[in-house]
Amino acid sequence: MRMLRSFLRGLLLFAVLAVFLAAWILLPWQGLLALALALALWMALTRSGRQAASVTWVGVGTLRQRLGASSVVVVGIAGVVGVLVALLAMAEGYRHTVSSSGSTDTAIVLRGGSSAELMSVLSRDAITVIERAPEIARDAEGRPLSSAEIVVSANLPRRDGDEGSVSLRGVGPMGWAVRPEVRLVEGRRFEPGRRELVAGRGAQRQFSGLEPGRTVRLGNQVWTVVGIFDSNDAMASEMWADAEVVASSYRRGSSRGAVFAALTDPKAFNAFKATLAADPRLQVEAETTLDYFSRQSEQLSKVLRWIGIVVGSIMAVGAVFGALNTMFATVAARAREIATLRAIGFRGAPVVVAVMLETMLLALLGGILGGLLAWLVFNGYTASTLAGGVATLDFEFRVSPGLLWEGLKWALAIGFVGGLFPALRAATLPVTDALRAM
Amino acid sequence: MKYFHLVWAALFRRKTRTLLTLASILAAFLLFGMLDGVRSTFAQVGRNADGAQRLQTVSKMSIVETLPLSLAPRIAQVPNIEAVTWANWFGGAYQNPRNQLFTFAVADNYLDLYPEVQVDPAQLAKWKATRNGILVGEAMMRRFGWEPGQTIPLQSTIFPNSDGSLNWAFEIAGVLSGGESDSAAFTEALILMHYDYFEEATPYVDNTVGWYISRVSDVNRSDAAARTIDALSQNSPHETRTMNEQAAFAAQLKQMADIGLIVGSIMGAVFFTLLLLTGNTMAQAVRERTSELAVLKTIGFSSGSVLAMVLAESVLLVLIGGVLGLGLAAALGPVVGAASNGVINLPPIGWSSWALGLGLMVAIGLLVGALPAVRAMRLNIVDALAGR
Repeated sequence: MRMLRSFLRGLLLFAVLAVFLAAWILLPWQGLLALALALALWMALTRSGRQAASVTWVGVGTLRQRLGASSVVVVGIAGVVGVLVALLAMAEGYRHTVSSSGSTDTAIVLRGGSSAELMSVLSRDAITVIERAPEIARDAEGRPLSSAEIVVSANLPRRDGDEGSVSLRGVGPMGWAVRPEVRLVEGRRFEPGRRELVAGRGAQRQFSGLEPGRTVRLGNQVWTVVGIFDSNDAMASEMWADAEVVASSYRRGSSRGAVFAALTDPKAFNAFKATLAADPRLQVEAETTLDYFSRQSEQLSKVLRWIGIVVGSIMAVGAVFGALNTMFATVAARAREIATLRAIGFRGAPVVVAVMLETMLLALLGGILGGLLAWLVFNGYTASTLAGGVATLDFEFRVSPGLLWEGLKWALAIGFVGGLFPALRAATLPVTDALRAM
Repeated sequence: MKYFHLVWAALFRRKTRTLLTLASILAAFLLFGMLDGVRSTFAQVGRNADGAQRLQTVSKMSIVETLPLSLAPRIAQVPNIEAVTWANWFGGAYQNPRNQLFTFAVADNYLDLYPEVQVDPAQLAKWKATRNGILVGEAMMRRFGWEPGQTIPLQSTIFPNSDGSLNWAFEIAGVLSGGESDSAAFTEALILMHYDYFEEATPYVDNTVGWYISRVSDVNRSDAAARTIDALSQNSPHETRTMNEQAAFAAQLKQMADIGLIVGSIMGAVFFTLLLLTGNTMAQAVRERTSELAVLKTIGFSSGSVLAMVLAESVLLVLIGGVLGLGLAAALGPVVGAASNGVINLPPIGWSSWALGLGLMVAIGLLVGALPAVRAMRLNIVDALAGR
């Protein structure tokens, strides 16, 4: 009978914990603020609240005596949060770099059924038809702001000595006008018709020899680097040159891969898509560049996020046991003191709250420490990967405030679970036994 | 060994604490098992005797450029080259263009160069006889519920068919199985079709191939063979680069991500935390037992054996947790694979991971036990018994 009761109680506790954690994950910061406020009010206004505050105060005041054990909780949680935030920052940085390459007022047109630029082929005739669509913005002289482009990949020596693969984008005369966010930071633009290229900042960071005035060999052809551009997105990992020259160097004739077009208005996109779909001469698919680039980054950033969460969860389980250990030891060490409090009339709730608050405080410290470390070490850390398996993409880790908040939430959740059981033990300790102990 | 029961009793003196610490160690080594499995799988891709025997020839310009088919007989004449085959990327997708599959159009003798890939001889013969036949990896068959003999539609994201559309129909002639080889996971997610059929049907490809694979008879002279192959096309518009398959895989992976570095830094953080945690447990355990240790010394245990006993306790603690964790990681791999229907494949834990793990366990155990053990060894009997 007693076993059954304690089993049922354990079950109930577990259910409460599961519900709490599920709610916790969904909680926005305003919710946490409200919770903290409610707790503070309870402590200030009610009798049991004041009791809880004073017991907590004693616990926190004596933390220094348990420095070694308490630092285990702090460092353990800092480790979890640090690794979690660093892995999520990698996913976030990758997603941000790729998806910020797009916007809602530019469209990309690919051959139907092609999921990426590199696989798409558009004939000269099709491009002419596409560029006549009325939804494409025009410049002062009435020319459409659209650029038929071709992307090929080329091998170059990386800075670490190995060969790497980089995208070489052949852009049309309007290539710069379609992307006003791309700016030249060094040298000049390439001249049409000449074997000249400008390299992105990211490409320059990953590959050697991309300095203005120097020449690079792509295959058996020599190209001159004449400038460096930057755009803080995936484009910065590319090299740009004149589309005609790229197409002839890579034997692509008059066909191109994709058309990038600036629309008259973001709302014009649906009309643009309908215009292209209605034309029987075309078998193409149009997307806003925002959608296109978001889709390109979706899969990998999701995988990276998942890896972060799985690794973080396993580490968090380890940290919970570490916190449990420490807090059980703390409760055992203070058993006499707690029993005395209960003997002179303190109720169970203030004792539970006090132990929980102490653990959460340590967890908070750990969370802040871990987040800070991840931010100091990894914010702006540059890494590279092969996007789509063929071209190097240079990106920076991004430790955003949202991620730091997420890390803090994890820390508090670990502290909550790690403090709950010791707190209950403290509150249910038989007073006489505890007083007799030692 | 004769003090084992003493060490064991000391370890479980406080069951809750020991169990909680064990759980933390278990979590750390579970993570270690999974991550090191991933790392060593990536490190070993292509690193087998067959891979070292195969040379891969691709365009020097970039991996997406093609090479002329006329190079094949010339490569075959290079000294030390036994056999040549070629393949082209097809860019196949099933049902949805986003659902991309590894699909290669290969020469008929392609599988001769890949003896580790197993196909039923009757099915292989059927494939060779069926123009639009394909061989499909086991994992693919399971994933989509295909049967041999079935005709399936595949979309190419790159190459149009003779009718101008991107839709192709193929008949499944046989099943590819990777057996026990290291590359089994890759083999079983592969689809192979006939290069000849592909080349005739699509207007985009005119006697060009994506890459050549050739087998050398003497591995020690493969570098010379690779240089000779590259010299064939020197100063032509189609310069090539030839590497053995291992090196080619390694170069590609290294560009993808520095897996070793990522895994290394995660494990560094995990083990640092673990060190602190178990160190704290051991320090607590020894502090609590000060008087017991003093009694042991009083009845004649030497300082050295007290030191050894505390060290043994901490090593045992880490070993139990670690072995359980690694075992759990090993058991979890197949379970996750089966539950996700083969979509997530956790690599099995090889003996090298076990060896590394066991080494780490002993090292961590010794490290966290060192301080408390020295303390226990230096214990002054009189002071300890007096509770000073």
